[in-house]
Amino acid sequence: MTSTKKTGAQIIIQSLIDAGVEHIFGFPGGAVIPIYDVLYDAPLKHILTRHEQGAVHAADGYARATGRVGVCLATSGPGATNLVTGLSTAHMDSVPLVAITGQVPVAMIGNDSFQEADIYGITIPVTKYNYLVKHIEDLQRVIKEAFYIAQTGRPGPVLVDIPKDIQTAKVRPKKIGPVHLPGYLSLGKGHPKQIKAILQAIKNAHRPVIYAGGGIVTSGASEELRKFIQKTQIPVTTTLMGKGVYPENKPLALGMLGMHGTKYANYAIYESDLIIAMGVRFDDRVVGNLAQFAPMAKIIHMDIDPAEIGKRMAVDIPIVGDLKTILCLINQKIQIQVRKSWIKQVEKLKQENPLIFEETGSLKPQFIIKTLSEITKGEIIITTDVGQHQMWTALYYHTTEPRRFISSGGAGTMGYGFPAAIGATVGRPDMPVVAITGDGSFQMCIQELATARTYNLPVKIFILNNGYLGMVRQWQELFYDRRYSFTNLEFNPDFCKVAEGYEIPSIRVTEAKEVRDAIDKALNIDGPVLVDFYIDKEENVIPMIPPGGGQTGFIGEGETYA
Amino acid sequence: MRKIISILVRNHPGVLSHVAGLFTRRAYNIESIAAGETENPDVTRITITVSGDEVIFEQVTKQLRKLIDVIRVRDLKYAESITRELVLLTIYAGMEKRQEVIMIANAFGASVVDIAERTITLEFVGNQRKIDTILHALEAFKIKELARTGIVALPLESQIEQHETML
Repeated sequence: MTSTKKTGAQIIIQSLIDAGVEHIFGFPGGAVIPIYDVLYDAPLKHILTRHEQGAVHAADGYARATGRVGVCLATSGPGATNLVTGLSTAHMDSVPLVAITGQVPVAMIGNDSFQEADIYGITIPVTKYNYLVKHIEDLQRVIKEAFYIAQTGRPGPVLVDIPKDIQTAKVRPKKIGPVHLPGYLSLGKGHPKQIKAILQAIKNAHRPVIYAGGGIVTSGASEELRKFIQKTQIPVTTTLMGKGVYPENKPLALGMLGMHGTKYANYAIYESDLIIAMGVRFDDRVVGNLAQFAPMAKIIHMDIDPAEIGKRMAVDIPIVGDLKTILCLINQKIQIQVRKSWIKQVEKLKQENPLIFEETGSLKPQFIIKTLSEITKGEIIITTDVGQHQMWTALYYHTTEPRRFISSGGAGTMGYGFPAAIGATVGRPDMPVVAITGDGSFQMCIQELATARTYNLPVKIFILNNGYLGMVRQWQELFYDRRYSFTNLEFNPDFCKVAEGYEIPSIRVTEAKEVRDAIDKALNIDGPVLVDFYIDKEENVIPMIPPGGGQTGFIGEGETYA
Repeated sequence: MRKIISILVRNHPGVLSHVAGLFTRRAYNIESIAAGETENPDVTRITITVSGDEVIFEQVTKQLRKLIDVIRVRDLKYAESITRELVLLTIYAGMEKRQEVIMIANAFGASVVDIAERTITLEFVGNQRKIDTILHALEAFKIKELARTGIVALPLESQIEQHETML
C-alpha cells in the first residue's frame, strides 16, 4: 500500500493495530528493544507486568473476560520460556492468545547465543500453532495468520518468534490478501441427520440432563442454551469452564459436576437416561470412571473439535460444529416440553443432598464465598487461582453470566488468578473484578501487585489464607495417612504488610462477623485492595469423589476424618 | 494392529517437528516415518506406520487433521494400497561366501551395490513381506549395517475402482 519502507518492528505494531489490538501485556528485554521502541509512541496501551508469566496470564484473563484475542510480548531466552506455563494454561482451556517473542538474530540461531532459547521447539506441544519468522517478507502474513488461527475453530494460543534482525530490517509493506491455509478449518455446521437424531432422542428421554462446558462460552451460545432450556425444561450442570452459561441461581441449575461437584448434579447425571454434552471433553476431573458416569443414559456430544468426539467417552449421537449454530437449528425445531416428574425428582435430589458446611467455629471459606455471591448477586467477574479456594468458589459462588468466572481448568495453574484478574479488569474496566486466591497460589505471582498499583487497577484480591497448600494437604489427609509432607507453609509473609509495601490498602478478616463489612468495603475502594481472610486451617472441599471414582462414589463427610 | 497413514502437509521447516511432536505428546508409537516432496513442491507427503488399537488409531488420525500444516490425512488400508520400502544391507561375506550371497540376491531381485574385501552391500525394494523374506534368507550372514527408509505408500487405484464398482 504505502511506498515507504518500514522496519519489521513497525510492521509488527501496525499488524497488531490492524488486527484490532488495543492492549498488550509485556516485559522488555534485549531482543525486543526495536519493538518497544515503536511501542513507545504507538496508539496501543502497553501494560508492563513484573514477570513474563504475569503478562501471559494477564493476556489470558483479558481474552477470557472479553472474548477477544489476548496479546503478550516477551524477550528471547528466559523471557520467552517464562511464557510457557501461561501458553499451556491457555492451550488447555482453548483461550485465544497471540504471544510475540524476540529471538536472537537469524545468523546466531543455533549457536547457543546469549539469551537464546528454541522457543519454537519448546512451545510446539503447548500452542495451537507457532512460527519462527526468518524472512521479513513473511512478517505481515504470519501475524495476520496468527490472529486468525488463535480465534477461529477451537481457539488457542499462537506464538510468533521474531529474530532481532528481522525487527530492524526494512521492507515495503504490501497489501496482504485473506488468510489461505489449505486443510485448516473444515468446520462442521451440525449435520441435519444428527440434528434429527438429537431431536428424537430428546423427545424420547424421560430423565435428560445437560452437561455444558467452556465450548458454550467460546461459541457465545449462552443465549441459545437458555432458550433451549426454557423450551425443554432440562436441568443443567456445568463444568468449571462452563460456569455462568446458565444462571446458577435458577431452579434448573445443578451447579458444577465431577470430583468436587454438587452431589445432586452427579446423582442427576447418574440417574439420567440422556446426557446432552455441549462443548465439554469428559475430562478426568468430571468423569472419574467412564462406566459409572451415566450407566443408563444415551449420550449426545456436541463439539466443534472432532477429535474430542470419542476421545474418552464413547457416545451415541455425536455432532460436530459451532455450538451456537447447532443450538439455533435445534431451537428452531424443538417442541415445548414438560417434565414434571423428572424435575420433581431433581428437586428432591437437591433437597436431600444440599451443599452444606458447618457454620460454627472458626472462619469458614465457604461462608466468605457465599457472602460474596449474595452481595454481588453473582454478577461481577471472579478469577481464581488453583486449589481448595478454587473449588469453594466454584461451588458457592453463583455465576449468572458467561465470561465472569475465570479459572485455570485444564492446566490447573497456580499463580494464574491474580494476573488474570489484572487482564480481566483491563479488558472490562466497567466490571468489578475479584481475584480469589490462596496463600500458596498468590505467592506464585505476588510481584504483580506492582502492576495493579502502577495502573491503579481496581482488582480486589481475596486471599483465603489457611497456611497450607490446602488441596494437596486434603489429599494427604484422605489418601496419605495425614502425612503432611511439605504442604505446611510454616512461614508466610504478613500479606497486609506486603500490600502496604506496594501502597495497596488491605483488610484482615479473622471472624465471620467481619466478612460482610470487609467485602463491602473492598468493593467500594477505588483501585486495588487486598483482603487477607484467616480461614479454618484444615477445612476440606466437600463433596469429593476420589480420583477414578464413579459419579456416586462420594467420600463420606465426617467418616474419613472425625 | 499396524496401520499406514499417508499425510499431505505444507512443505516448510518445522512441519516434521509438529507431526512428530504430536506422536510424542499423545504417546503414540511410530514404527516408521518417511517424508518427501510430492508433485507439488509446496506439499510434502509423510507416510507413517503406527501400531495400536482402533481407538488409538482414530485419535491419531483426528489429532493429525487438527494440525494447521496438515492438508490431508488418509488411512491406507493394506489391501487397497501399494507399499514399498528400500533397504540397504551390508553383510560380512568374504571371497568364499560371495557367490552364495549373490545367488540369494538374484533369486529375490536384490542388487549388489558394493563389494569390499570382507563385506558385500545389497539394495532391495519391496513390500513388508518381500523384505522380511529376503532378510530371513540372509539370516545366516552377520550384518554389519542395515538402513531402511521406512514404508512409503500410495492407494492402489485399480483396487479402489473395482471396489467402488462392486458397490
